[in-house]
Amino acid sequence: MLDSLDYQAVGLISGLEVHQQLMTSEKLFCRCPAGLYTETHDGEVLRHMRPTLSELGEYDGTALMEFKTKKEIIYLLNQQNVCTYEMDDTPPFLVNQEAIDVTIELCLAMNMDVIDEVHIARKQYLDGSIPTGFQRTAIVGVNGWIPFKGRRLTITHVSVEEDSCREVKDKGHQIIWRTDRLGMPLTETVTGPELFTPQEVREAILLCGLVARSTGRVRTGIGASRQDVNVSVRGGDRCEIKGVPRAGLAVKLVHNEGLRQCNLLKIREELHRRGLRTPDSVRMTAHDVSDVCATADLGFMQRALQAGGKVYVVKIEGVAEIAQHLTQPDTTFLDELRGRVRVIACLDEAPIVLSSAAMPEFPGKHGILERLRKRVNPGDNDDFFIVFGPEEDCRTAAEEIRSRFADATAGVPKETRQALVGGFTTFERILPGPDRMYPDTDLPPTRITRQRMEEIRSRLKPPPWERIERYTSWRVPEETACYLIRRGGAEIVDAVVEKTGVDGLLAGIVIGQQYKALQRSGVPVQRLGVAEWIQVFDLYTDGRIPREAIPAVASTMAKDNLDAEGASTALGIALRKHEVWAKEADRLTFEGYRCKSNEDTDQKRVRFLTGRAVRMLKGKAPAAEVAEFIKTKLGEVAR
Amino acid sequence: MSNSIPFNERADRFQGYRGPVKEILEKHQIGVWSEVDVTNDRGSVFAGVILPRSETFDDLHLVVKLFNGYNIGIAAERIVSIRETGYKKAVYKIPEKEFPFDPQKKNVTLLGTGGTIASRLDYRTGAVIPAFTPGELYGAVPELADIANLTTKKLFGVFSENMGPEQYKVLAVSIGKEIAKGVDGIVVGHGTDTMSHTGAILSFMVQNSPVPIVVVGSQRSSDRPSSDAALNLINAVRTAAECDIAEVMLCMFGPTSDNYDLLHRGTRCRKMHSSYRSTFRTIGDTPLGTVIRYPNDDGSHFKYLTDDFLRRDKTRVPVINPVFEEKVTILYYYPGFKPDIIEGLTDMGYRGIVIAGTGLGHVNKPLYPAIKRAIQKGVTVVMTVQTLWGFTQMYVYDTGRDLLDLGIIPLDNMLPETAYMKLAWVLGQTDDRRQIHTMMTTPINHETTPREPHNGYLILQGGLPEVDAFVQKHWK
Ligand SMILES: [Zn+2]
Repeated sequence: MLDSLDYQAVGLISGLEVHQQLMTSEKLFCRCPAGLYTETHDGEVLRHMRPTLSELGEYDGTALMEFKTKKEIIYLLNQQNVCTYEMDDTPPFLVNQEAIDVTIELCLAMNMDVIDEVHIARKQYLDGSIPTGFQRTAIVGVNGWIPFKGRRLTITHVSVEEDSCREVKDKGHQIIWRTDRLGMPLTETVTGPELFTPQEVREAILLCGLVARSTGRVRTGIGASRQDVNVSVRGGDRCEIKGVPRAGLAVKLVHNEGLRQCNLLKIREELHRRGLRTPDSVRMTAHDVSDVCATADLGFMQRALQAGGKVYVVKIEGVAEIAQHLTQPDTTFLDELRGRVRVIACLDEAPIVLSSAAMPEFPGKHGILERLRKRVNPGDNDDFFIVFGPEEDCRTAAEEIRSRFADATAGVPKETRQALVGGFTTFERILPGPDRMYPDTDLPPTRITRQRMEEIRSRLKPPPWERIERYTSWRVPEETACYLIRRGGAEIVDAVVEKTGVDGLLAGIVIGQQYKALQRSGVPVQRLGVAEWIQVFDLYTDGRIPREAIPAVASTMAKDNLDAEGASTALGIALRKHEVWAKEADRLTFEGYRCKSNEDTDQKRVRFLTGRAVRMLKGKAPAAEVAEFIKTKLGEVAR
Repeated sequence: MSNSIPFNERADRFQGYRGPVKEILEKHQIGVWSEVDVTNDRGSVFAGVILPRSETFDDLHLVVKLFNGYNIGIAAERIVSIRETGYKKAVYKIPEKEFPFDPQKKNVTLLGTGGTIASRLDYRTGAVIPAFTPGELYGAVPELADIANLTTKKLFGVFSENMGPEQYKVLAVSIGKEIAKGVDGIVVGHGTDTMSHTGAILSFMVQNSPVPIVVVGSQRSSDRPSSDAALNLINAVRTAAECDIAEVMLCMFGPTSDNYDLLHRGTRCRKMHSSYRSTFRTIGDTPLGTVIRYPNDDGSHFKYLTDDFLRRDKTRVPVINPVFEEKVTILYYYPGFKPDIIEGLTDMGYRGIVIAGTGLGHVNKPLYPAIKRAIQKGVTVVMTVQTLWGFTQMYVYDTGRDLLDLGIIPLDNMLPETAYMKLAWVLGQTDDRRQIHTMMTTPINHETTPREPHNGYLILQGGLPEVDAFVQKHWK
């Protein structure tokens, strides 16, 4: 059950939120440079986040949870990449129109309906990831689709928003953020909940990435694109796996989340069987047991006590053995408790929450365990847990443990879960609802005229599926086609084919492979743009360099910053006249014929000799012609 | 709830809508707060609620807040159909929770002028709904109940820039009444733009107060989770209840970080940045003190930076003098300033002119005849410095001496805005030239100071290595 899951049977459903940084020179709402990352700072600001009252005059679940954590939030500032806007001491400047244009381009690539008038909204975040406490975001397109595995994958909406801070450290009641990335323009592409297996999630992530890359106006590299994956199973509820860095990792994450939800549903069944049917039916009592634990030979407990903290035992009635129930491989319900306590009560010293069942694992702890039992007096069906740290946090932890069991009676709580290496997730926060969004009153809306839209449409690059189809019809491998689209090489291939009339397969393969090879060997490949590649292929189609010399010429152009002429001259490549190379090839063939054994087939012999001749001629003769020449020669000799 | 109010009985049905959009709405009997499905010419369906539209925007788009939380504008010309699915009027109300009363705690009255210190957010429009009654404030900032027993009075609901003589008088009288009732301190909720102007005039209208009078507001809107509003309010109420300084003070962020508030003397401070949280600075002196939310090591929330202040003393009887002459103005001098402005003011019957002069208090010669004529006609002309820091010194140069000869009154290091408030207050009481001169040059509450300590002028210059090194070690 733990490694296999019949996705159809459990009703696994998934949808994506793909975040992609845009390639603009400035940030979205201020004039700071975008994409300038720094690892040092020259100023710090301290803030706290206070939830604003909701529609009903009450704090909503997420807000309250995040307020409970009472975090000291510190922002690290560097003059080079942040101004007083990012630190929320200056109102926003007008929205960056370049970012709106790129977003419109992305929308059009995905067959979307572009919004007539774009309005900025504020989305509240109390974790401190944005110093204002809200992210400015705006829907630019709705109601789109992309072709996916023979069907249409719905693109619900695309929005443009400001990127958040980068987390530096989160320990206890303090969280530290770096602000360099804050405010960079980012698009969020939301798909419909139409992905039914982990593999599909992986493929959809790749496809969305390909569409974004095909515009040539998005950022690449670590952190430039991140995805959140929403997962649910039948009877479960939507959980958002946040920050999936690579498509490949999604497979295990989605699978494991499916498993987790199925197991949480089983736990619900078991709780119901025991009569715990509603959240209110879960009863908790908490006791200060610092005195009992004063002699415990446990480092983490002693450290907490010495720092003036407490040890608490939290008894939950009727939940015996539930905490040991597996939720994922090597993960139990106890980890669900730990996640909540770590985030909400800010207790983060391992093991965070100790279960009574795990106590005997520590040598010689039976004595303490017995004294704890005596103190809390658990019934046969009860279980108890141990937490340690500052007293107020221990109380919060006790309440969170109760609250997590209460949620378990309802099944799967809506959560945002953080993706960890190894395909696991851990609790990050309660999933916020639409209630946390409200109109931004600082900025006027941006009207998108149909004229502006059509201008962008006329510049639109072919969508990736169209290119893949075209390239594969040229017999370029699909993998190479995708690589070209991702890396911007497809632009070059299309231009080369159009301008020089060269065969698409040749252009696709040479450019695709050459690009990769040059990049791997650290050559400044960005020097080879459309114009440069056209020069190279022009030399080839003019018959001035052989096909085989194209990579060497391109590589020399990039390395030595030369034009194609210069590079081919530097390499000493210029096709020799037929009479010249034929004489040499003749000699080689003659030698080759003599030294080869008779078992070789003619074909093999031709290939061997041609290869040798081309090498010795150092690319100064076209391989196809050399082969033809050698074939004829061999025929003559045989006769 | 759906359709529970007939269309024609709904107030503000087309709030902000004109032209083509209004026509569509009228045709379909749909308006603001209607929950709708709007279908456009591309078949996209937008489900959400219709929001009011700003009058300053065009008349071509319908604003819908989608049920997913985002808001968008739909072009009228692209709307194919529109259908009402419900109607839900915004309720601008904050649920009240009874503010607890604790006989052990001090009694503080909060007088509201219209600035929003605490608020609830209307999630549909982004509008900020002020929390004002004690119950509302308790709902929004429950920590207040740990500090004092709070009573509130809403005097008026005006933006900071609309505060004026009428409001100053009402405010001063109300403060007098609260003091007479025996409260332990007064908090005045105020917008930040003209907060220091109010601080200055209250310093003259309410003298000899037995208890602290604390003016407070929020610089970054109170709907944002990172607002300075709640902390300012908490610290202001704490100051009113417990601080030993019985003067008119402004209580606003010291650094931009959530750290401590500075207590500025009402006559000596100024808003120095249009949006920074730490915008208020005491000019030409050090602030009176700091107040911090969680107590210092000695258990106190306050650090006094001077001992030169009026102490809390409930037996002291305040003097309330709510007068104000409105025919007073400030002239900000610049090179090439033309005398006709002064001529005009004189002819229009102005009784007082505060000049913010260059350098030590200078204006150019072509103005002299106009100034001379104004003074002869009974206009009081006073001189301050537009450098804000430093004193007028009109004996140094001939120009200064000439101006003195004309009868201009130099006001030392009085801030121009404070000088304006004081002159209006003085002229509200007398037109006797000698008396005016005496009153203007005799300090009432540190509006001029005999000496400027060297740390009264500190504008650290960023970019200098030693300054940057210092700043780096602090929460800004
Ligand atoms: Zn900036």
